Parts: sequence; structure tokens; C-alpha cells
Amino acid sequence: MRSRRTVTILSVTLAALLVFAPFLPNWTMFLFTVSLCYGVVVLGMMLLIRTGLVSFGHGLYYCLGAYAAGTLDPLFGVTELVLMLGSAVIVTAAVSSILALLLRKYRDIFFAMLSLAFSMILYGLLVKTSSLGSTDGFNVAVKTAFGVHIAGTAYERYLIFAVTAIVAWVCAMLVHRYLNSHRGRLAEAIRDNELRVEYMGASVANTIHLNYVMSAVLAGVGGALMAISVGHIDPEMAYWTTSGEFVFISILSGTGSVLAPFLGAAIFESIRSFAYEYSPNTWQMALGAAMLLVIMFLPGGLWSLFTRRRTS
Amino acid sequence: MSAILESIALRKTFGAVTAAADINVSIDADTVVGLIGSNGAGKTTFLNMVTGYLKPSAGTIRFDGRDITSLGPRQITRLGICRSFQIPQLFDTLSVSENLLVGVGIVASAGRHWANAANTTGTPEQAVETMLEQFGLQAYRDMAAATLPEGVRKLLDIAMAMVVRPKILLLDEPTSGVSADEKFVLMDLVMEAVRAQKVTVLFVEHDMEVVTRYTHRVLAFSEGKIIADGEPDVVLNDDEVRKYIIGETIDVKRDDNAQN
Repeated sequence: MRSRRTVTILSVTLAALLVFAPFLPNWTMFLFTVSLCYGVVVLGMMLLIRTGLVSFGHGLYYCLGAYAAGTLDPLFGVTELVLMLGSAVIVTAAVSSILALLLRKYRDIFFAMLSLAFSMILYGLLVKTSSLGSTDGFNVAVKTAFGVHIAGTAYERYLIFAVTAIVAWVCAMLVHRYLNSHRGRLAEAIRDNELRVEYMGASVANTIHLNYVMSAVLAGVGGALMAISVGHIDPEMAYWTTSGEFVFISILSGTGSVLAPFLGAAIFESIRSFAYEYSPNTWQMALGAAMLLVIMFLPGGLWSLFTRRRTS
Repeated sequence: MSAILESIALRKTFGAVTAAADINVSIDADTVVGLIGSNGAGKTTFLNMVTGYLKPSAGTIRFDGRDITSLGPRQITRLGICRSFQIPQLFDTLSVSENLLVGVGIVASAGRHWANAANTTGTPEQAVETMLEQFGLQAYRDMAAATLPEGVRKLLDIAMAMVVRPKILLLDEPTSGVSADEKFVLMDLVMEAVRAQKVTVLFVEHDMEVVTRYTHRVLAFSEGKIIADGEPDVVLNDDEVRKYIIGETIDVKRDDNAQN
């Protein structure tokens, strides 16, 4: 029953976003866009965290997805939205499948640090690549969507927002389905007791591998959507502070439901925007204080506010 | 009856320590076998080798005529050898029914190439319900595994081994940590559930009452060797077994007065 409720909330939210988007002021549109993109990335983080693994380097796939989408134009002259998203999925899936062979052997801080190392390698490479703008990055332009020319039209912004919202909805629905499947349920079992999982005949390594690749693809999709929406990408997307933000939002949201990452991302972005607006010099303090409050009073993340009544 | 499990010249050494020296055993299908012996005699080492957790230094293990010596725990579980642990290995943050559901899910998604999955019927929820009923765990279904009393944890641990439908079930000290008046209740439940499905059982046990009551055959281990093998009455009355394992002296009458 809770499962059906999640689907309903997801679908109603999508419909509301699509209907009200044209009437919203620009800054709220931007806030929603960023929340959706970050939400998709954190959805991926959630898959990993459920197996007990926290990646401090998910910026790697966030950035890789953005560059896989963005470099299609300078490299091949492709500016089709669907192909850009597809390219992000393929590249992140390919890279993560290979890296997972190594990463799936590590746990805890070792996994976290090794992920961080890989993301900083990408950062280093991009900073040194002058043809892609080094630290400045470059602008990404979408000219067509589903073969229809959209660049410069009146509905361009709305259409890109709608695609972002729909893709985020699809990702959330797929992850929701996966979490309720037999294989999805293995994640928490692995976090609790790997030995028992192996002695029940399931492969810990394969499950972690699969979850890692899915999580990387989601981060890549989030990155590509961000590149398309914002229209600019730079190596900062792979920097450790970006990965840190994903960890921050993951802790803020909790792993209870696929709705949590989007809620967490929206709250994170709101705090950041308002704090930056009202105290430009000390905005990090506001974020820090929010984190402290969540850790002290809601160790299960914001999502535990909605489930507490059920468990007590 | 045919042999379902055989070990041939099985040997395991850890440096200078010989944990198993030349173990030759043949276990018949559909029997209950007790493994006894003092600490360090090699009982758990034997279980660990059968389940693929430890690789033998030499020798072979055959299951249903197939050589399984080089396989790991996962492959061996899939063939139909499952085990419980001396210290229960559970998914502590999940509830009792979720613990079982994980196992049911593994079997259900394993497909046809997994021997155990062949006769899966009903929905996963029904399968969990059946397990809860068989092991008398209904009252605990929504409790997190970490919060269960030790006896119930033991029971759940055995249920977790049974949920993946084994042909052979290995139990490592099923009654250790269980109170004296609960041990027979626990063993009755387990044996009833297990025997209903004609599963062969090997269990390591220190409690001789439990051994006598439930086994058809007893293997007595000492220093990595089997020193006695046969029906419980015979083995438990064997001189060497009494001396090395049960710890009773048979030829020296203890004189309490003389010591004071």
C-alpha cells in the first residue's frame, strides 16, 4: 500500500510541475531544475548507501554524464537532446562497469576514498584539457529535441524543464520498482551480513556491481540534465566538493523512499539559495547548522519524519 | 540407502596444526548424523570444508556423486548444502519476515539452473508465512532480528538455512546459548520441519542428551580424526569417546573423602 502511495505522490508531483511550470518565476524554475537533477544523482547514491557503501566521488559520474552529453557537439556536431542523454547513459555505464570490478572489493572508508581518487583523476584530466576549456569549461547548446528544432523558440525553456521532470520521474519509478524487487531487497541484506547472503546462494559482488553501475548511470543522467538545463559545464562538477554535496543531501534525505532524495535536494538548494541571498559571506554556516540539526535530531534523515509514526 | 555426502582422505592443516587428518566418511541420504568432539577436534573445520568456506589441504568431497571440493560457499549452497551458524548470522536491521523474504527472493530469482528452486510454489509472501509457521516464529514476525532473544535468533538462523531448500542441512551447535528447558523445544521444532522434507542433517553438538535423542548415527572427532562412528548408544559408550570427549573417567573411581 505504501508502495502505491509513493507512485501516486511521484505522479501527482510530476503533473503539478508540468502544469504550473509556465507560471512560476524564473528563480523557482531554476530551484526546481537543480533539485530534480541533484535528486536523480542522490537517488543513485541511495542505491549504494543501501548496500552500506558511501561514495565520496560520485561527482565522477555526474561530471562524466555532463561531458558525455556536452562534448557531442564539439566532437560530432550532435545537438539532439535525446542523443545527449543517451550518450551520458552509455558512457557512465561503460566506465562504471569497469571501475566496479575494482571498487566492489572495497568497503567503508576504503571504498569512499577510492571513489574520491577516481573522481579527482577525471577532474585533473579535464583541467588539463585546453580544447574543452580547462577550468572554464564550455557552453552546451541543445538545438533539437526528438528531431524538432527548439533552439530560440518561445517554449524552449519549458520543454527542457519538462524533459528534466519526466526523466527524473522515470528514474524514480524505475528505482522504486527495483527497490521492491527480490534483487533490490538484497542491498540491505548485504549491508547487514555479507556472509549470510553468500550462504543463501546469492552473489554479494554481483549485487554490489549492479547497484554501483545503476547508481553511476543515475548520476550521469543527473549531470547530463544539469548540462542541458544550465547550458554550461566545467570540471568543478567532478571536484570533491560537488561529491560532498551529494553525500550531504543523502544524509539530509535518508534512504527510506525514492521521494526522499528529491525532497532533500529541494531543501538543500533552498537553504543554499536563501542563505546566499541573505548572508553571502557566511552561507556555508547555514548549511552546516542544518546538517548538524539533522544529524542530531533526525539521524535517519528528513524522511524519518514521515515514517516515524508508523514504526513507533 | 545411497551416500549423499562422501569425504575421501580429507585433510586440513593450518601451519603445524592438523585440524583434519585423513577423514573418510560416507553419509546416507535422509539420516540425522551428530558430530561430537572436544574443542579443536575438527568438527567445525569439517563443516567449513563441506560448505566450501575452507579449502581442504588434500582429499575430495563428493555430494550426490559430484566433486565439490573446489567450489565456494555460494555454489555449494546452490547445489543444496546449507548451514546454520554457532553464532547466528542474521540481517540484524531487518524484521524476521524480511529476513526470510530475502532468502525466498534469492531462491525465486535463481531460475532453473539452481537445484533448490525446482519446486517453488505460491507467492513469496506465502512462502515466508509457511516458514514462520513451521518454525513457530509468527509472534516475532515484525521484530528486528537484532532485538530477538538468543533462542529465537538460533531458530531464525536455522530457518534461514532451510528457506533456501537444502538437501543437506548442517547445523553448528544448534543448542549452544539456548537455555536447558528450551533446547528440546527448539530441536523438536527444527527436526519436525527438516524431517518433513526428508533433508539429511549433520549437526555439531556438545549436549549428549540432544545427540542421543535426535541422531541415527554419531561421528566422534578427536584431534582431527574420527575415533568412533556408529549408532549413538554404541559411540557414546565407547571407552575412548568417554575418556576424550564426554570427560568421564571410567576406570578410576573418584573418592571424595580422599581428596579432603
